[in-house]
Amino acid sequence: MPRLSLTINGRAVKARQGETILGAARERGIFIPTLCNLDGLKPLGGCRICLVEVRGHPRPVPACATKVEEGMVVTTDSERVVSMRRMVVELLLAERNHQCPVCVMNNNCELQAVARLLGIDHVRYDFIAPRAVLDISHERFGIDHNRCILCRRCVRVCDEIEGAHTWDVNGRGAASRIISDLAEPWGLSGTCTDCGKCVQACPTGALFAKGTETTGKGTICLEKLVAWRQRREP
Amino acid sequence: MTRDELRHKSRCARETRTAAGLRISVCLGSPCVATGAEAVLRALRESYGDRAIEVIGTGCMGPCSRGPLIRIEDRRGNRAAYYEKTTPATAMATVRAHLEGLNPDQGRLPADLPFLIRQQRVVLANSGICDPESLASSLENGGYAALLHAIEKMAPEEVCHEISASGLRGRGGAGYPTGTKWELVRAAKSRRRYVVANGDEGDPGAFMDRTLMESDPHRLLEGMAIAAYAVGATQGFIYVRGEYPLAARRLRQAINEATRAGLLGPHILESGFSFTIRLRIGAGAFVCGEETALMASIMGRRGQPVIRPPYPAQRGLWNQSTLINNVETFGCIAPIISKGADWFKSIGVPGSSGTKVFSISGDVATVGVMEVPLGTPLRELVAMSGGISNGNFKAAQTGGASGGCIPASHLDTPMDYESLTSLGSIMGSGGLIIMNDRRCMADMARFFMRFCQDESCGKCVPCRAGTEQAAQLLRRITSGDATEDDLVKLEELCHLMGDASLCGLGMAAPTPVLGTLRWFRDEYQAHLRAGGCPTGVCDREKHPCHV
Amino acid sequence: MSRIKLATAWLSGCSGCHMGILNLHGGLMELFQLCDLVYSPLADFKEYPAEVDIALIEGAISNRDNLEMARIIRRYTKKVVSLGDCAINGNVAALRNPGGKAAVLEAAYADPVNKPVVFGECVPPLFDKVLPLHQVIPVDAFIPGCPPEPEAIRVALHRVIERL
Repeated sequence: MPRLSLTINGRAVKARQGETILGAARERGIFIPTLCNLDGLKPLGGCRICLVEVRGHPRPVPACATKVEEGMVVTTDSERVVSMRRMVVELLLAERNHQCPVCVMNNNCELQAVARLLGIDHVRYDFIAPRAVLDISHERFGIDHNRCILCRRCVRVCDEIEGAHTWDVNGRGAASRIISDLAEPWGLSGTCTDCGKCVQACPTGALFAKGTETTGKGTICLEKLVAWRQRREP
Repeated sequence: MTRDELRHKSRCARETRTAAGLRISVCLGSPCVATGAEAVLRALRESYGDRAIEVIGTGCMGPCSRGPLIRIEDRRGNRAAYYEKTTPATAMATVRAHLEGLNPDQGRLPADLPFLIRQQRVVLANSGICDPESLASSLENGGYAALLHAIEKMAPEEVCHEISASGLRGRGGAGYPTGTKWELVRAAKSRRRYVVANGDEGDPGAFMDRTLMESDPHRLLEGMAIAAYAVGATQGFIYVRGEYPLAARRLRQAINEATRAGLLGPHILESGFSFTIRLRIGAGAFVCGEETALMASIMGRRGQPVIRPPYPAQRGLWNQSTLINNVETFGCIAPIISKGADWFKSIGVPGSSGTKVFSISGDVATVGVMEVPLGTPLRELVAMSGGISNGNFKAAQTGGASGGCIPASHLDTPMDYESLTSLGSIMGSGGLIIMNDRRCMADMARFFMRFCQDESCGKCVPCRAGTEQAAQLLRRITSGDATEDDLVKLEELCHLMGDASLCGLGMAAPTPVLGTLRWFRDEYQAHLRAGGCPTGVCDREKHPCHV
Repeated sequence: MSRIKLATAWLSGCSGCHMGILNLHGGLMELFQLCDLVYSPLADFKEYPAEVDIALIEGAISNRDNLEMARIIRRYTKKVVSLGDCAINGNVAALRNPGGKAAVLEAAYADPVNKPVVFGECVPPLFDKVLPLHQVIPVDAFIPGCPPEPEAIRVALHRVIERL
């Protein structure tokens, strides 16, 4: 396997052909934050948290989906990309209803971790506060769209690893929702194998296991939460 | 169809044209159909169809806002007179008068109307001339002659070379050199190759591709067939947006007719070259005009973009090398092959050769489609469309929701790729929206941001959430609740979207805002807290779409 | 240097952040060597004083009373600090935002239409949307947490004092 030489943050780095910038950086202990990326899944390049600057490219590129090239000069921590990451995380926090203290993933959440890492102490944008529902029709798991960041890790793990393709995305833009099968209740899904991979893949508290603490997803009083989230329209 | 048959048909057509009598053409473009052109055509056919008078339905004649249009001329195509806003009754009366040797004035467009006479029609050469629903009519007007020429006289690499030499650039927006793209596809290692025509024309104010597809579908098929011959493809797709049912119907008919005649399908014109075309109809997503989303949609997947590289030329449809060009780009191919690269290059300006079809709309006297050499000044286009209605020129939005605006101080800008880019705008697909001084630029930017918000696919955060927040900020600005800080936030967001989005939709979404901020910042500032809208458009109570 | 005038205020929150301040324990002694507490729900002050150096504000803006208070504080205070998640992003108070005010009233009071007196003169009217503090007044510093860690409060306060 040919080795390529590149520079990351001023350090000379050798990488394998076909490796991504993210992989090459990680191997050398250079940290690049990610959200939609999950090892073992095909890169999506959707969250834009892992954007890095490559000399010669007018725009930053996603480290998770960009292959290394000979002589590449990469900067992972320039002021420009860090400020982009901050804005992206702020946009995510404002997009749905992320109230950490009442979330099963508080302190285990990747979104929270990235926000903390980037030192985001407040969000400058308006909180959109969309009405999003919760589906706990599945016997063992639930999905709370209020906490979903549309990273599609569940969609990809279900498709690429489990091979069930129960999950997909419905609607577009900010109205996108993760759906099971053709927008049927999860519990009625004919394709779901109940494997729980999606729950493990979810970076936030959007997908959670009911009544167990072993997944690191905690437990919540579901009846109250559901009653609250699915209350009647005013 | 054999090569000789094709030649024979074209020749016969030229002979019939020398016959005496009148020819009445009724424009059957969408705008004219919408205003009743079919009734006019029916009435004329019933009365005159069987006499020495030829009554045909044609594609778009250009000045769409004046439809239904009819053209009366002799069979040689001379002494053409256009009549606007016809009804069955006025059309009949006009034709009757013509038969009596008169030249009635009622509804007649001036013979020297700049809109009609100052155009240089290359792509639209047959639009408004031939019957889009008849292969025979296309052949009469020289259809498929270029394909025959390419197959007979040129090797595939020569065709690629000719296109490169012509300097043709993609007409879809980005202006990538077409020949280079073809060479890439030709050189790609791939088991099969595909040719795709992008007819998902979604920009507000853009209707050039629709005009071509509705008016001269065979021109598109011919261009695609030549491309397929050049790059070695055997299968083609035309992706038409769902909002263009007439274009889809005519294309389907054209594909069927061409296939039956052997101009598509196996062993085209007795050669070893085989090529089939299938039609794909979009379901109403702007983002499907982005090439990777378009390919996903063709393959039956959710229409959302994927990261490039790999580019379609490397791995496109079903992981095979794929050539994607805009409909208008394919429309340029046949003339280039017929008349040569040098001829094409002689039109336009260096770096932007050939003609460009513009769809001009907004506050102008005549809304419609016009084709002019690239590099024609904006002022000329405005003048051709009859000047500004209800006020003075304020700005022109080029490239629709992905483009920027050109202020009055730059009216003399030549419309070519580089000049527009240097003004922070883009050529885009050719939609040109002219605004008079009663329009509020912040309100216009808000409209386009809302459009992008609705059309974002939702895959990447800067576009999905960025357009949402930017639209929110613009709403606040237009409703007079914003502060300087909001304006700063808006600009920051625009730069984020432009730099960090995954595909062209998100990257271009802020262009209308940045463009209006560049030329009309004072107008934004006037809106800020305690201010008001200088044009009165955004007055809080009066705003029609204010929510 | 004269002694720093410190205020704390309690808007729509649960008072947990004030508990966070009290949890400074020994740190409180250190703090009050530098500061005087001039306004706070922790003590019995009636009026917000005219000149305050630092105000720590807990809670979101969810009714007119909150908004008026926030504006008063901003007018008379040099440095306004958002204390805790409710002030920073609405947090628990903002849970009602997706459904709006009516849903809350309906959930809390079975028949809000016929009992408008509940939100009459003595009770400030609820806003339809709960807002974080920095969306109604400019805020100089943020101390996140639900509640913020005492150590975070201590460090942040010292930073703000340095910048006075």
